[in-house]
Amino acid sequence: MLKATGLEKRFGTVPALVGLDLAINAGEFFALLGGSGSGKSTLLRVLAGFEAPDAGTLTLDGQDLLPVPPWARPINMMFQSYALFPHMSVADNVAYGLKRAGVVTEERRSRIAAVLDLVGLQGLEARRPQQLSGGQKQRVALARSLVMRPRLLLLDEPMAALDAGLRERTGLELRALQRKTGAAFIMVTHDQQEALALADRIAVLEAGRVAQIGPPQEVYARPTTRFVARFLGAANVLEGRMRDGVFESVEAGADIGSDLPAATVAVALRAEHIRLTNTNEAPVVTGILEDAAFRGDDWLLIIRLKGGASLRVVHPAPPPTAGSAIGLAWGAASVMPLFA
Amino acid sequence: MGGGIGDAAFRLMRRGILLAPLWVWLFMLVAAPVLILVVMAFATPADGVPPFTLGLRFAAFAMLVEDFYYAEALLAALRLAATTAGLCLLIAYPMALGMAGARPPWRLPLLALLMLPFWTGFLLRIGAWMGLLRDEGLVNHLLRGLGITDAPLALLYTQGAMLAGMVHAYLPFAVLPLFTALIRLDPALLEAAADLGARPGRVFFSVTLPLTLPAAAAGFLLVFIPAAGEFVIPELLGPPEAQVIGRVLWQEFFQNRDWPLAAALALALLALLILPIRWFQRLGARA
Amino acid sequence: MKPGGFLRAVMLAGFLFLWLPILLLVGFAFSADRIPFQWGGFSLRWFGVLAANERLLEAAWLSLRIAAASAMLAVLMGGGIAFALARFGPFRGRAIFGALAGAPLVLPEVVIGLSLLLLFVALEGLIGWPAGRGAFTILLAHAGFGAAYVAVVVQARLAEAERSLEEAAMDLGATPFVAFRTITLPLIAPALVAGWLLAFTLSLDDVVIASFLSGPAGTTLPIALFSMLRLGLTPEVNALGALVVLVAGSMLALALWLLGRRRA
Repeated sequence: MLKATGLEKRFGTVPALVGLDLAINAGEFFALLGGSGSGKSTLLRVLAGFEAPDAGTLTLDGQDLLPVPPWARPINMMFQSYALFPHMSVADNVAYGLKRAGVVTEERRSRIAAVLDLVGLQGLEARRPQQLSGGQKQRVALARSLVMRPRLLLLDEPMAALDAGLRERTGLELRALQRKTGAAFIMVTHDQQEALALADRIAVLEAGRVAQIGPPQEVYARPTTRFVARFLGAANVLEGRMRDGVFESVEAGADIGSDLPAATVAVALRAEHIRLTNTNEAPVVTGILEDAAFRGDDWLLIIRLKGGASLRVVHPAPPPTAGSAIGLAWGAASVMPLFA
Repeated sequence: MGGGIGDAAFRLMRRGILLAPLWVWLFMLVAAPVLILVVMAFATPADGVPPFTLGLRFAAFAMLVEDFYYAEALLAALRLAATTAGLCLLIAYPMALGMAGARPPWRLPLLALLMLPFWTGFLLRIGAWMGLLRDEGLVNHLLRGLGITDAPLALLYTQGAMLAGMVHAYLPFAVLPLFTALIRLDPALLEAAADLGARPGRVFFSVTLPLTLPAAAAGFLLVFIPAAGEFVIPELLGPPEAQVIGRVLWQEFFQNRDWPLAAALALALLALLILPIRWFQRLGARA
Repeated sequence: MKPGGFLRAVMLAGFLFLWLPILLLVGFAFSADRIPFQWGGFSLRWFGVLAANERLLEAAWLSLRIAAASAMLAVLMGGGIAFALARFGPFRGRAIFGALAGAPLVLPEVVIGLSLLLLFVALEGLIGWPAGRGAFTILLAHAGFGAAYVAVVVQARLAEAERSLEEAAMDLGATPFVAFRTITLPLIAPALVAGWLLAFTLSLDDVVIASFLSGPAGTTLPIALFSMLRLGLTPEVNALGALVVLVAGSMLALALWLLGRRRA
C-alpha cells in the first residue's frame, strides 16, 4: 500500500535518512524500531508530510505522495506529546479534523460518540486536556486520529509518556483497536519488547536505513547484523571469520559452529542459550568466571574467555565461586550468523 | 527543523511575503534612524529649516573631546546610573527575598503591588516627589512640625531629590529578575545545604547568593542602561548643575539647535552603553 | 526560606517607599488648598479646574488615541516579528533581524527620539512624506518601540505552545492559515492582549520620544504635563493623578475579577 524507495534526508550536515526503502501492507501493524538518531522519527515526519525528503519516492497505492501537503494526505499521526489542543474540550479536539473535512454536524456527533466509545472515553467529552490523566490523554489523541478513518495511522512512541504499569495493557488495547478498525498502523518505538509484542512486522532502523525487516519471531531468531542482534537483546557477539566452513574466533579462543554461511563475519549468542558444561562433556569454549549477579529466577554470569572476549550467561543454579575455570557449550541452532 | 510543507520554493516565497514587511518595518524604525544619526554627526549646523548642511566634518566629535563639559556630562550620567542601579539593588535584594519567602498565595498580590506603580504614570510620580520635597512641601512641614528644623530645608532640585526619584522610578526593574530567580530556586538545594550543616546565613551566602548573582546583574543592568540616558528626572528633580548627558543632548537639540552635536552626543552615549548592553543580552541568552 | 523579621521589614519599607508618594498625591487631590500637598479641607474643586483645562483634556484625548492606535500597530508588527523568530527556523539574516527587533528595548529614549526625528526629517526631504511632525510621527515611533516589547511577550508564549500542536492541526486537515487561526491565534491571544496593554501604557507614559517627534499639533498629555511640572506643581496634577490611579485601579480590579471568574 505505502511504498518508500531511496529516501534521503539530511539536516545541515547531519544525515537522518540514507537511502531508506520500505513497503507497508494494508491493514498491518508495523513497528519501526531504532535508537535515538536512527532516523525513525524523521521517517515518520516524512510520511506525515512535515519534512520533505531530499531524494527518493513515496507512494500510496501507486499515487505519488510527496507533492501532497500534510493536510491533504489520507494519513494521520498520533504525536508523542499527544499534541492535544489545550484550549479545546475532548469533544472539540476529536471534532477538529471532521470540521476541517466539512463533515455535517449530525454525522460529526455520531462519529465522535462512536470513536469515544471505541477508546472507552464516554462521559469525558466536556473535559479539557489538562483535566485528564496520562492514559486518558493518549486515548483522546488516538480517538482524534481514528475518527478521521485513516487508512494509515502513524504513532510516534505512543506509550513513551505512560507509566510502566499502564504500558502493557495499553499496547494490547492498541492492537485490538488496530484489528477492529482495519487501518494500517506504523508505530515508532525504541522499546524492542513493545515492538515484538504488538507488531505483525518490524523494521530495525540503523543510521538512517533499514537494517532488517520481517515478522518479529524471525527478526528475533535470525538477526542478520551485529546492530540488530544487540538491539534485540542478544547479549553476546563474537567476532571472527569463516575458514574452510568453520567459524574461527580469536577473541573466543576457539572455533564456534560449523555449517554457517560463507558470508558470516560474526556470530551472536543469547545469554539464555549458553550452558555450563559438566565434567563428562566437552566444552565449546572455556573461561574464568569473573562476576555473578543474582536476578531472582536465575544468575547472570560474566565469563572471561581464553581469547579475551567476555560472555554473558544466564545460569539457573547458584554459580561456582568467582575465579573458577568454566566450560561453556550451546546447541548448534543457537548460533546466529551475522553478515554485517 | 523547518516546516517541510509541500513545495519548497512555494514555501520560501510565502515566508518571504510574510517577512518582507517586517524587514521594512525594522529597517525603517530601527536601523535607518541609527544610520542617519551617524550621518548627522558629521554634518555642520546651519541657520535654516532643517538646521544643518550635510558633509563629512569632525567638528562635533572634536567638540566632544575638547570641551570637558561634554565628557563630564557623560561621566555624570554614568555615575548617576551606577549609583541608582546600586541603590536599587541594595533595596531590591531584601525586598525580593521577602517577597519570594512569603506564602504562595501572597506572591501574586505582592507582585501586583510592585508593578502597579507603572500604571500610575511616570510624570505623576515625579510630580508627587516635587510636592513632597518643595520648600513648602510635606517633608519640610513635617520637619518643622516636629521641631527638627525651623527654616525650610532645600530638598527639591538637589542630588538627593534626583536620586530618590530615580530609585523610585527604577526599583521594580531591579526587584523583578531577582524575585523570578528566587522563586525558581530549587528548595531542595537550600535543604541540602542545611542538611550538610550550613546555618541559614551560611546557606544564603554559599547557595542563594551565587545562584541568583546572574539575576542581580540583570537587575543592575536593567536599571543602569535606561538610567544612563535619563532626562526627565534630572530635569524636574535635580539641581541645575546636574548636567547629565540626556539633559545636555536635549539642550543642544532643542535650545541650541545644534543637531550634529546632539547626534554626536547620542553616538557617544551608545558607545558607552555597548558593553553593558552586550553583557545584558548575554545574561538574557543564558536565562 | 522563611522571611525573617528584617526581610519583612525591608520589604514593607520598600513598598511604602513605592506607594507613599502615590497615595499622598491621590489623597491631597481632595484638598481645597491652592498649594499642593497642603490640607485645606475636603473639596472636589481641583477636579473641576482640571475638567475646565481644555488644553490638558485635548492632550489627554490625543494621547489616548495615539496610544490605542500605536498599540494596535505594535501588536500587529510585534506579533509578526515574534512569529517569524519562533516559527520560521533559520532564515537569511535571522541574527540581524533578531538584533533589530530587540534594539529598542535597550536603546536610551533620547537616542530613539532623536534618531527617529532625524529619519522623518530626512524622509520629508527625500520624498516629501511625512509632511512635518505631529501625532502621526509620534504614533509610528511608539508603535516602533512598542512592537519590540510585544515581540518579547508573544515570543515567550509561542515558545511555550508546542510546534506539534500546529502540526497536529495540519495533520487533521487544516491548511497552515487555518491552523494559525484555530490553534496558534487562540493560544497566543492572552499574550497579544498583554502586549497591547504594555504598548498602550508605554505610549501613554512617554514624554521623551514624543517631545522629539511632536510638531505644533502633537501635544500629548505627557508633553503638556511635563511643561506644567517644569513651572512647578499645581493641585490639578494631584487631581489628574487621582483620576489615573482610579482608572488604572478599576481596570486592574476588572482584570482580576475576569481572571477569577474564568478559573471558577
